Amino acid sequence: MKAWMPVILRGLLLVLLVAFLLSPGSFEPLLKPLVQQNAPAIYNQGSLLDLTLQHLRTVFAATLAATIIAIMLAILVTRPFGAEFLPLSRSLVNIGQTFPPVAVLALAVPAVGFGEKPTLIALFLYGLLPIFENTLTALTNLPRSVMEAARGAGMTDLQRLMKVELPLSLPVMVAGIRLSVTISLATATIGSTVAAKTLGEVIIAGLQSNNLAFILQGGLIVGVLAVLIYDGLSAIERLLTRRLGIT
Amino acid sequence: MRIRFDKLGIVIALIAACGVFFSAFAVLKPNRILQGQAKTILEALPAWAGWGLLVLLAVATAIALFRMSPWLKLTAAAAALAALTIAIGYAASFLTPAGNSYARVSPASGFWILLFAFALLAADALTRLQPPPWMRVLFLAITGGGIALLLISGSWDGLSIMKEYGGRADVFWIEAGKHVTLALGSLFAAVLAGLPLGILCHRVTWLRTGVLNTLNLVQTIPSIALFGILIGPLAWIAATVPGAAALGIRGIGAAPAFVALFLYSLLPVVANTVVGLAGVPPEANDAARGIGMTDRQRLFQVEFPLALPVILTAIRIVLVQNIGMATIAALIGGGGFGVFVFQGIGQTAMDLVLLGAVPTVALAFAAAVMLDALIEANSRVPNGVSAA
Repeated sequence: MKAWMPVILRGLLLVLLVAFLLSPGSFEPLLKPLVQQNAPAIYNQGSLLDLTLQHLRTVFAATLAATIIAIMLAILVTRPFGAEFLPLSRSLVNIGQTFPPVAVLALAVPAVGFGEKPTLIALFLYGLLPIFENTLTALTNLPRSVMEAARGAGMTDLQRLMKVELPLSLPVMVAGIRLSVTISLATATIGSTVAAKTLGEVIIAGLQSNNLAFILQGGLIVGVLAVLIYDGLSAIERLLTRRLGIT
Repeated sequence: MRIRFDKLGIVIALIAACGVFFSAFAVLKPNRILQGQAKTILEALPAWAGWGLLVLLAVATAIALFRMSPWLKLTAAAAALAALTIAIGYAASFLTPAGNSYARVSPASGFWILLFAFALLAADALTRLQPPPWMRVLFLAITGGGIALLLISGSWDGLSIMKEYGGRADVFWIEAGKHVTLALGSLFAAVLAGLPLGILCHRVTWLRTGVLNTLNLVQTIPSIALFGILIGPLAWIAATVPGAAALGIRGIGAAPAFVALFLYSLLPVVANTVVGLAGVPPEANDAARGIGMTDRQRLFQVEFPLALPVILTAIRIVLVQNIGMATIAALIGGGGFGVFVFQGIGQTAMDLVLLGAVPTVALAFAAAVMLDALIEANSRVPNGVSAA
């Protein structure tokens, strides 16, 4: 019975989130005590549902691109052809993580202008690192016996990559994607400072008009999304690990 | 001797060629906001300097292209980077019409691309050299000294970013102080609170999951929201707790930023303390118990030193993260380099954005290099036993 509790809690959280997004008005009494009189308690400069969907779309697009590029790069540097790049790519990842997201965002503006684009670039660059790092770790730490067996069975390099290395690395890769998505969900809110349509708009509107209810609803939606997506990807990860039979 | 190409060298050569042939080196703008005219290296510099720079870049690229000693590559990269940074300052004074105080010269994409290409070469050479920790810190100091020298000598004064600085030099250093205080202060507070909490979580098992899950949850709240949410409670504390306002606790400003950074810092510190303590070999603990050490002695003389590298790693993560996140404090009046970033975004004055972003990146980078060196120096236990 106890094992079901977290699942039920998450289900409730999801239902609550969907209910809030579809009909924010019915939650007004809850948020009303947080605002000064006459101030709106529910974000009124746009639909919360639209902003949430746009937020998710931005994060999804950036993460998808980051996943494809990061995995390709990680495969490249672990092949004999790209082995020369392996040490450098490690230190680049290390250096790249010292770049603050705000700085990446701000520096992308002169290159591509305001709006969605700098946010996508910042999320993409920032999302690359965890996925690349994890894929690299997975591909370089495969069990030696399995690799020997694959070689012994006469698999070509490509077969080995597609049928052995990638499937075995999948759980760790998913863990990287999970990390990347969680960071991106939060970082995307900062994108609103450069006029991207994300949930950050709600928070910034709240900061500007000193409206705690706005800040709270913007922050909580992002937080709940992050928790749900994090848990969902963790579940996929566990499923993959179990299917592979590795602990 | 057989001459062999370096694969990374080919990539660097392509990037550098892209920077020289397909992008502008500098931009001349009639004022700080308007669009400007792009200038190539030869247009931006007098003939001797322009050709000199091109020849030097070509030589450095050639050194990158072939397999040679990493020291030679590092020297070539350093020379190219130094030449580029000096040239951009020279281009600024060369391009600015005499007596025109509105015209602005900024580095253009070509400059950044070239900088990236040769920084890549330097990073690769450094990775291959695997310098010991003290040498890495020395390299950092030399780089920092070089930049300081360029700044003091005034050779960058013609650049737009320095003109933005010139107009607000006092404010810049005040905000820099606030930024560092915020980042370091919240780190210090997090270590002070996180270490005991981590030790407690290590010893009391049932606490562990609860504390770590709660801290994990805090991390999912986006930073601007957490900054904002804290405004309310802190304003309330300032209004009701006597003496709180006198301590500088206020609803907006540095206080909520400090608390938010503190909360974000707790997870890495607590989690790594737990992991570090759990990684202490049981034999070490048994031996310590065997020679009659008290619990406290064991903690400070055995467990703690062995867990130190892992805890230091957390401090590195937190410091780099805090330096970056402190920029966001500007949105709630907390000061820091973010002030320039957001002012610049508001005025679409990109050089002002740079004035905020470049020091932040430099600070985060320097902190990462220094702490990495510290971690490496600490992960070797005296008798040659590896702690990791």
